[in-house]
Amino acid sequence: MQEKDIILRVEGLSKQYRLGVIGTGTISHDLNRWWHKIRGKEDPYTRIGERNKRNTVGTSNYVWAIKDISFDVRQGEVLGIIGKNGAGKSTLLKILSKVTMPTQGLIRSKGRIASLLEVGTGFHPELTGKENIFLNGAILGMTKAEIKSKFDEIVEFAGVQRYVDTPVKRYSSGMKVRLAFAVAAHLEPEILVVDEVLAVGDAEFQKKAIGKMQDIAKGEGRTVLFVSHDMDAIQKLTQRTVVLADGEVIFDGDTDKAIQAYLSQGLDTKPYHEWESLETAPGNDFGRLKSAAIRDEKGELCNRFSVRDDIYVNVEYWDLNTEYNNTAIIHVINERGQRLFASNEFNAPDWLDFHDKTKGIVTATCKIPRHFLAEGQFSLLVAVGNYNPEIIHAIEDNLLSFEIFDDTTGDGVRGSYAGKWPGIVRPMLSWKIKKEPLDSK
Amino acid sequence: MDKPQKHIWLFEISPKSNLLDFKFKEIWQYRDLLMLFVRRDVVTLYKQTVLGPLWYLIQPLLTSVIFTLVFNGIADIQTGTVNAFLFNLAGITIWNYFAECLKATSDTFKKNENIFGKVYFPRVIMPLSITVSNLLKFGIQVLIFTAFYIFFASQGKAGDLSPFLLLLPLIVLIMGLLGLGLGMIISSMVTKYRDLTFLVQFGIQLMMYVSAVMYPMAIVTQKLPSYVSWIVEYNPLARVIESFRYMVFQEGEFSLQYIFITLAISVIIFLFGLIIFNKTERNFIDTV
Repeated sequence: MQEKDIILRVEGLSKQYRLGVIGTGTISHDLNRWWHKIRGKEDPYTRIGERNKRNTVGTSNYVWAIKDISFDVRQGEVLGIIGKNGAGKSTLLKILSKVTMPTQGLIRSKGRIASLLEVGTGFHPELTGKENIFLNGAILGMTKAEIKSKFDEIVEFAGVQRYVDTPVKRYSSGMKVRLAFAVAAHLEPEILVVDEVLAVGDAEFQKKAIGKMQDIAKGEGRTVLFVSHDMDAIQKLTQRTVVLADGEVIFDGDTDKAIQAYLSQGLDTKPYHEWESLETAPGNDFGRLKSAAIRDEKGELCNRFSVRDDIYVNVEYWDLNTEYNNTAIIHVINERGQRLFASNEFNAPDWLDFHDKTKGIVTATCKIPRHFLAEGQFSLLVAVGNYNPEIIHAIEDNLLSFEIFDDTTGDGVRGSYAGKWPGIVRPMLSWKIKKEPLDSK
Repeated sequence: MDKPQKHIWLFEISPKSNLLDFKFKEIWQYRDLLMLFVRRDVVTLYKQTVLGPLWYLIQPLLTSVIFTLVFNGIADIQTGTVNAFLFNLAGITIWNYFAECLKATSDTFKKNENIFGKVYFPRVIMPLSITVSNLLKFGIQVLIFTAFYIFFASQGKAGDLSPFLLLLPLIVLIMGLLGLGLGMIISSMVTKYRDLTFLVQFGIQLMMYVSAVMYPMAIVTQKLPSYVSWIVEYNPLARVIESFRYMVFQEGEFSLQYIFITLAISVIIFLFGLIIFNKTERNFIDTV
């Protein structure tokens, strides 16, 4: 990265929040605290806000919302910023947009930074669309002349030509969002900060918004910092992504890898699990699990698939059953806890060839076909048992997990439709079409 | 541009700040926003309710009537040749501008928490725009006052206009600066102590009684011992109101020296408020 290409440099940025004894709002609280103090009693308000840093109970009253964050952004780059709730994304954005100041560190910029407002912030319901465009634009740092020159473009982009002179309170929420986005997208700042805005609006508008952001970055050479929970949008828009966790940068680089890093952090389950020995493995004298794995078609471990990828689930177990025929069982459960399906090894036509009541290590592989599961997070239950009579020897719920995403490249079930696709499965079904001309008598 | 551009940064964000940096340049850059906020306030004032703008007529008139009944009727305060009602209306008109500015700016941070939390612009634009748009309400009230002035003047009960009336803009400026300055100080404190808002309402009321709104200043020194009367005598607000009445009635005390002293005081309060306000704006979103 060349020095002169860098438009924004963040150096050692930290922000500290004070917990506990900050002014909790009212003089009466402070007086009460003082009254408790002179009587030697415990401060009645200390506990307020202590939940902030989730898993660790801090010994000090200070918490670093972000700590020592550094990165450079090049001119014209679309940089993704991802991280779980509480990872420090909002704090970073607030500092970038000058809403609050850092405790330490430095941000240097060669361009104006503007952030995209959330739905209609700064809109006044009594004012007309036109008046709000001017007001909103000015809030975002445009001059009146700048807004005037862009006015027609903004109105057209938002698709509200008919309602420019209507008070915004009569707008639908979608129209408000479109208008807000349109104003911000036509800003002239060198650096635009976008936070979760694509989560709203209908599919058509989302597509338009993504296109506009690509134009902004590629065509107009402006820089965009894009913060989102939506991995699809991040993937579509950015090449480089910074991953934040607990206020620190844990990954900075290629977006695909960043998403991997983001998804794998803190997940209890992995695409692979193996038990060390027969003794420690779950099960009984008839069968014990040895390992389980989720692989892609090349046989590599993988926990993130496109809807158009085949998914292979490996179950390896010690088959110790000399009375009945063992079978591996998997259940696939989606993020809402719905059990999508169960599948058994005995569906294999040659199942009996491998189960002749002798001991051994069985490796059974199930293929979950492409164009079947919808996008989302899935967990796997893995078990070994036998039917007739039904006995489960080993069962491990939530053992592995994987994610499926859907990109709108056009050849999937959803075609190039970018909106929300309904249904808990997404099978590619065959359609037959017939059409008769109207004037065929 | 082949030269290395290492040091060409447009701006920096860092924890350090200069306390005496008033950011006047930045405020100037955002002047369009200031005017748009003023426009918003003015337009929405009319759009809100039927009674909205009417309220600005009713409130001073009713207050003047009551003051006349209580202070001039019952307490028998003399207002010289000037009609008592007109005398009170003059005081209330000028007082209201200050009070409205103070009231509206004193919860700037709390009221705009939402928008301040999302986007940056010099925060001081907000109270500044309130002070400017309140000029409209002040204008309405001045019109009423003028109407009554003409009416009472035709009956010879309105004293005489003084040539010093030309200094009226200065009087308005002083009231605006005082209201804005105090409002900024209070709004900064409100971010920490929310219950101060209630104190503001009460405080403004109390202040009115020591600001010579409904009595001539001379009466204070006459009737009250000096350990109490100094509150009114050294109160810049009282001076301003008394001066305004001199301008329109040629009654009471007036001196250019006082005007300039109060102007200096109000500028100092305004700058002090601006410093506190700018300091608060940096981190207030963390404590609100």
